[in-house]
Amino acid sequence: MTNEAIPNLTAFDDTALDKAFAALEAQARESAAGLDSEADVEAFRLEWLGRKQGRLNEVSGRWLKAAPPEAKKALGVRFNALKEVVEGLLDAALAGGPGDAALKAEAIDITLPGTRRLTGAEHPITRTMNEIVGVFAALGYSVGVGPEVETDYYNFESMNFPPGHPARDTQDTLVVAGQDRKPLRDRLLLRTHTSPVQMRTMEQQPPPVRIVIPGKVHRNDAADATHSPIFHQVEGLCVDANITFSDLKGTLDHAMKALFGSAVKTRFFPSFFPFTEPSADVQISCIFCGGKGCRKCKQSGWIELLGCGMVDPAVFAFAAEKQPAYDAKQISGFAFGMGVERIAMMKYGISEIGSFFAGDMRFLSQFV
Amino acid sequence: MKILTKWLRAYLPGLADDDAQLAEDLTLRGIAVEGIYPLGEPNGSIDNGSVYEMDITTNRVDAMNHYGIAREAAAIYGLKLPELRYALPDARPAGKPFPVRIEAEDECGRFTARVLRDVTIGESRDWFAGAEVATYFALLEQKMILNAVDATNFAWLAMGQPTHAFDLDKIEGGIVVRRARKGERLKTLDGVERVLDADDLVVADHKKALGLAGVMGGWDTMITPETKNVLVEAAWFDPVAVRQTARRHGLHTDASHRFERGADFNAAPVASALVSAILLANGGWIEGELVDARIAAAEDRTARRKPVQLKLSEVWRILGATENEEGITAATVEAVLTALGCGLASSQRPTTGEVSWSVTLPSWRLDLEREIDLIEEVARVYGYNRFANTLPAFGEGVRALPWAEKEAAVRGTLLAAGFHEAIGSSFCSADEGALTAPQPAQVVPLGNPLSEEAGVLRPSLVPGMLAMIAGNLNRDVNDVRLFELGTVFGGTTDKGMADKVEERPALAFGAVGSLPEESALHASRAFEFHDVKGVVEQVLARFEMRAMYFDRFPAEAGIMPEWLHPYRAARAVADGVTVGWFGQLHPREAAARKIDTRRHGDAVLIGELYLDRLYKLPLRRPVAREISRYQPVRRDFSLVLDESVEWETIDRAIAELRIPELVEWRVREVFRDARLGKGEYALLLGATFQAQDRTLREEELQGFQTRVVEAVGKAGARLRV
Ligand SMILES: [Zn+2]
Repeated sequence: MTNEAIPNLTAFDDTALDKAFAALEAQARESAAGLDSEADVEAFRLEWLGRKQGRLNEVSGRWLKAAPPEAKKALGVRFNALKEVVEGLLDAALAGGPGDAALKAEAIDITLPGTRRLTGAEHPITRTMNEIVGVFAALGYSVGVGPEVETDYYNFESMNFPPGHPARDTQDTLVVAGQDRKPLRDRLLLRTHTSPVQMRTMEQQPPPVRIVIPGKVHRNDAADATHSPIFHQVEGLCVDANITFSDLKGTLDHAMKALFGSAVKTRFFPSFFPFTEPSADVQISCIFCGGKGCRKCKQSGWIELLGCGMVDPAVFAFAAEKQPAYDAKQISGFAFGMGVERIAMMKYGISEIGSFFAGDMRFLSQFV
Repeated sequence: MKILTKWLRAYLPGLADDDAQLAEDLTLRGIAVEGIYPLGEPNGSIDNGSVYEMDITTNRVDAMNHYGIAREAAAIYGLKLPELRYALPDARPAGKPFPVRIEAEDECGRFTARVLRDVTIGESRDWFAGAEVATYFALLEQKMILNAVDATNFAWLAMGQPTHAFDLDKIEGGIVVRRARKGERLKTLDGVERVLDADDLVVADHKKALGLAGVMGGWDTMITPETKNVLVEAAWFDPVAVRQTARRHGLHTDASHRFERGADFNAAPVASALVSAILLANGGWIEGELVDARIAAAEDRTARRKPVQLKLSEVWRILGATENEEGITAATVEAVLTALGCGLASSQRPTTGEVSWSVTLPSWRLDLEREIDLIEEVARVYGYNRFANTLPAFGEGVRALPWAEKEAAVRGTLLAAGFHEAIGSSFCSADEGALTAPQPAQVVPLGNPLSEEAGVLRPSLVPGMLAMIAGNLNRDVNDVRLFELGTVFGGTTDKGMADKVEERPALAFGAVGSLPEESALHASRAFEFHDVKGVVEQVLARFEMRAMYFDRFPAEAGIMPEWLHPYRAARAVADGVTVGWFGQLHPREAAARKIDTRRHGDAVLIGELYLDRLYKLPLRRPVAREISRYQPVRRDFSLVLDESVEWETIDRAIAELRIPELVEWRVREVFRDARLGKGEYALLLGATFQAQDRTLREEELQGFQTRVVEAVGKAGARLRV
């Protein structure tokens, strides 16, 4: 696409000038039409507009110098017009970008997988716990927490497990060494449930109370597919004037629908916990089969999910030692507790509780 | 526990509902039927009903037998339950009553004894209506032994009352219920020779201990096929006394199970009659009347408790709304409690019209003591699912935990850096505890650990993190990026007793293998020290602090944690406070955990941050700065340094210049090549100059450059030419 050298100009009348400049413009337009790549465009620019060897430079150098004084103005006008045309062609070439052939040469394999900056996954227990806490936060529950190492008083006695109570046996407790010489109530142990935080909260704060308590608990349990010495609970407590058993039912029915979908139904069964009375176990309609019966719900259509009840007056009596406003004649309340692992296992289809605590990258990366 | 519906129906002939419906109705009232197993009809004409597998909560021992469950069914369906009564032949007079003395009055509330003579020990049959021993045992697959044993088993299954039959001729004198003498010996029915403790409660004769009261009978007075004369015991023992005796001897029997949870004070004579009737059906006669020793104080605690006051308004206050508009009425309360065996005397206050009752409590329901217990019974039998679903009025505002936002910031940073969140064991071995504890003397041991490897409360998250890393590598998962947010424990001891356990939040992270990037086109690069340092910097950057720095100490100073490589690890300091340690795992510790560095090639990087200290700082609130409209200018400096000169020296020298227009400087590259002098390395420093108010002139830039070269020169660097 090299153009012939700029000819010398001999005649400077309008007709001659028009002809000469029209020829140059035609050349420029022709050159510009074939610009295919960035390199072509750059070559065009250098050819026409280059400071030293550019064709326009040559025109101005040779023609302008050779022109008689009376023709210089007419030549200048035409020169500027040509320059504008060339610059316009260059701009258009730059804006149009390289042509298809040039682009094709740059083709890549877009079917290769994308490069991923991998992000981490929140632990399914954290995720489930936050979800439960979120449901109750929307119902006006604040978050409460307490220590994992508790005294016998908070874990058992104040939760109405008196010394020697048979229900203490069912919660195989891990104890801190060297406690034998202390009074029973001061002995340190690993909390077997999050319930002691109920008492700690009531001691700090008069009613009304509305808290949800997520936390880690421990039991001296042999590990199997569904048991682990480490697990997590979310506990809840609501105390005020006029809190009733039907409020407990309504609250948990709402919470289960929020967690598992509005089609879920709840069913309440009498149960026994030392710190609540009346006490209940709550079942939800099977989230896998919708209640028709399947392997997951042992064909019953129902899945047992949490324990709850009205706060036992004996528990209020312990709280009243520090906060007299917990007078069981004036106020009432309910408490509930659920196992986070069990819920997470259901939600995510996990069959071994031990998976939560093994730190296996293959397991955890599924929760990104 | 197994229950025969055939047996239940024998007590409640009016029960119309089928076994499946009965099971559901019982379950919804807290008497849980876990499984229903229909029994075939062996000859096609007899309906044998079903076996229920029951799961009954520990507070309801009264319902762990056929008659107890029949009582529940009667309450649910409003049926009349006939009282248990067993007619016995008239007794022949005895010369004098059989001697029974209760010495341990606090532990034994009632002891009944009946003497049967000339009995025949042999096979059990269906003796009479209400004692279908052979039929029921066959359906329950309960082994038949000898009539004396079968009779006590039958009484147990029928009414949950433990009884015992002695070979009367082996009893010397009479019965004494007393504490054992320390060192006294007794061979129990399981054939074990036991040495007794002064706290054990025994049934003894005038010479020797005969059995562990309420737990297990003795070998020497056992009924044998040769036994001619029998003494039938039915008694009431105190729950705590029985639990202690059973515990001490590691025994858990049907009898101890019941007594520990409270037996029916009034059941002893009835059970004694049932056992005697079954035995006498095979021949023999009764000598003398039933000897019935009772302790009034125990009776007052059980069968003769003071009535409980129950107000209808209190029932409503606790239970709330029902689906049925009529709700819980006075009639509902009366029907439920009467069916359960309570006696109700109602009264109505003339002024307010408020209905209340004085309620006497059944002897078999020691779990009923208070008004709330009665309210629970009303709710239970009425049916929990007949109550409405209501929501309490909204309370005050919701408060989050003060550190929730900070924890979320830390978690978010680690997740964004490609680390997965893990939850490790709360325990570690004493050795691991000593290795990783910030203060080894404060490690808290457990009294009853799950295993030696879990002997102490973790003082650090590092042992758990290492275990999880090793676990992944052992499973051939070679790229590991984990973090844990958890509690670590430290104890203070007072006179050798763990006095107080402090809990602190901590963060641990570990990485080995490739950086968190998955690419088809670029080779992956392994994690190294500065990658995790970057993560630590990013975590710290979430908090407001005046200064953060990293340092390390000479190995001999003994300050570096022993689990870290002494030359490839650092301490993180925020505002002068140590907030953590991180770096490469000490090769010795890697070897100890069978992390084969040759096989895995890459170093294990690990660290721990003390979040309790970090959480004292506020989270950094972003503040926007005006962005200069003027062109920034970058200048690169190629420096050569002695290996002994660390970046920090150069960095500080540049910082001390305090050139406001020097807005940013950093290391672009570090490299070592043969053309450098021995013990030297090269560093490419990139510096950016920019003014807020003007375009920098060339001579200004020249001036800055000269000052930078001069400063780094003084710090030990020369320009590479
Ligand atoms: Zn199902």
